[in-house]
Amino acid sequence: MRIHFKTSYEHDIRLFPDRWSFSVYAVLLLIAFGLPYLIDEFYLGEVTNVLIWAIAGLGLMLLTGQTGQASLGHAAFLAVGCYTNTILIEMGLPFIVAFPLAGIITGLVGVVIAIPVLRLHGIYLAIATIALSILADDIIVLLEPWTGGVSGKFPEMITIFGFEIERWSMPTRFYYLVLAVTIICTLFYRNLLRSPLGRAFAAVRDSEVSATAMGVHIARTKGMAFGLSCMITGWSGALMGYYAGTFNNETFSLVISITLLMMIVIGGLGSIHGAFFGAVVVAFLPQALSIAKDMVSSGGVAIPGLETGVFGLILILFILFEPMGIYGRWLKIRTWFELFPFARKDMFKRQKSYLKTERLR
Amino acid sequence: MSLLKIENATLKFGGVVAVNDLSFSVDEGEVYAIVGPNGAGKSTVFNLISRFYEPYAGTFNFDGQNLLDRNADEVADLGIARTFQNIELFDHATVLQNLLVGRHRHRKSTLLDQMFFTPRVRREERRHREAVEEVIDFLDLQPYRNKMIAGLPYGVRKVVELGRALASGPRLLLLDEPASGLSVEETQDMRWWIDDIRKQMGITVLMVEHDMGLVSGVSDRVLALADGAKLAEGTPAEVQSDPAVIEAYLGAGV
Repeated sequence: MRIHFKTSYEHDIRLFPDRWSFSVYAVLLLIAFGLPYLIDEFYLGEVTNVLIWAIAGLGLMLLTGQTGQASLGHAAFLAVGCYTNTILIEMGLPFIVAFPLAGIITGLVGVVIAIPVLRLHGIYLAIATIALSILADDIIVLLEPWTGGVSGKFPEMITIFGFEIERWSMPTRFYYLVLAVTIICTLFYRNLLRSPLGRAFAAVRDSEVSATAMGVHIARTKGMAFGLSCMITGWSGALMGYYAGTFNNETFSLVISITLLMMIVIGGLGSIHGAFFGAVVVAFLPQALSIAKDMVSSGGVAIPGLETGVFGLILILFILFEPMGIYGRWLKIRTWFELFPFARKDMFKRQKSYLKTERLR
Repeated sequence: MSLLKIENATLKFGGVVAVNDLSFSVDEGEVYAIVGPNGAGKSTVFNLISRFYEPYAGTFNFDGQNLLDRNADEVADLGIARTFQNIELFDHATVLQNLLVGRHRHRKSTLLDQMFFTPRVRREERRHREAVEEVIDFLDLQPYRNKMIAGLPYGVRKVVELGRALASGPRLLLLDEPASGLSVEETQDMRWWIDDIRKQMGITVLMVEHDMGLVSGVSDRVLALADGAKLAEGTPAEVQSDPAVIEAYLGAGV
């Protein structure tokens, strides 16, 4: 078992609790940078896909896992990010300006939408955000002059100071771009978690009444969470556009929103790791399924709804048997080894919580 | 000099008068207790001071400022911190994080500062931590520093909640039944803490409590409420021997 011997308050503020975890993440990062030399281009593309989903997952995790506000409308923000980025570049802005700006604009759109929507709680909030997902489709069609409507758009080749990046012809370069964005988003997320705003998010999630009594402005904090969440989601959307190579009004559908939410639940709510674990499941499941299908029936029989069905099944199994998601399971396994042979079976059993003051709503 | 001055406060829920034309004032540096039977409106008075409820009538004055001009989240900025009757902690966070939320009103860094975790945020975090550690030392919470609230026993949660309120560095501390559900020993601890909070930290305490032993042990003045109205006010001994109070608790003709 590792024991953290702390000698300064800095120890609790640092990104990594000890040398060991620092080296684990350093090795992970090294592998990530060396990946193009280890695997072929097809799988590199798949890993890129995982990372893009993970960024979107981080975005939703900030809102749902950290602040406790469910959203089924995040596909709409993927779309906003994607279209904004493409339109800004078509207007002549360089990628290096257009891309960050696309995220910021998505965030601002998010804040504007959050002001009325976040007055709702729980299931009502989820329903209101479903409306966003559905509306996005129509709005893209209505704004045809900018968005290209049903026929869609093709993002231009990315150029950063004359350096060209394209998903199909140069997957390695595109992978490094996505990796860089992933690292930046993860760092932002980590930094927020260890600063006052991150704690305010958790406070709003766990008890709005006492958060208010401690001086946290509920509406402003939720708005902030929504904005930041949408910003990260917007970046992911822009990258998704490049990854797909073409997109139209149907690319960012309600199904994408639902997949995103399932992803973070399966991965483990409230943790950065969860977003990545979930993304691996979401991105590799279709491949794994098609491989499995080929093994069972060698013919090209298409089973409609198979993917969705399996997804739903996995989600149900997770909610029943491992509500803390893959990351929660990983923590349990790690603790078991760390404490061996003293780990007890009920160590992670959830305690019944005590009564709460009647909610002052 | 009175720190908190409430005059003619009235609150109605529909036809029910929860607080009826209540006036009292809390002096700087004293421990002031509110007692009364269940449903007397004690917690409601707290919720009025925290601005969770909008009063029907009355004036609320804190240190020369009108409390009614403030929203619920701005009350903490004035230096009023509170605990809740049934414990309202952030269950999925550690004790340390809970206490740090108490420092929320002292933050100065901007969103961008926090996203990049600039040296300024780092310095500020260290200061918050120092303040929180003082509270941890004061309340003997060292063994629980990094424990999740969800796994803590009731008595400890009660203390953590007191700690969170103290971490905000208040001038007025509102304690809603600080000893409810505590063992005799824990209640005794709570008594010393309340004494020390007043004497060492110079914080004014306004509390609601049923345990008359605790009330008469620590408080300078006691206000007895019944049906939202003032029944008696004075030293603990005076209030306990007041015929109206005895009648409200035990019924007429005793």
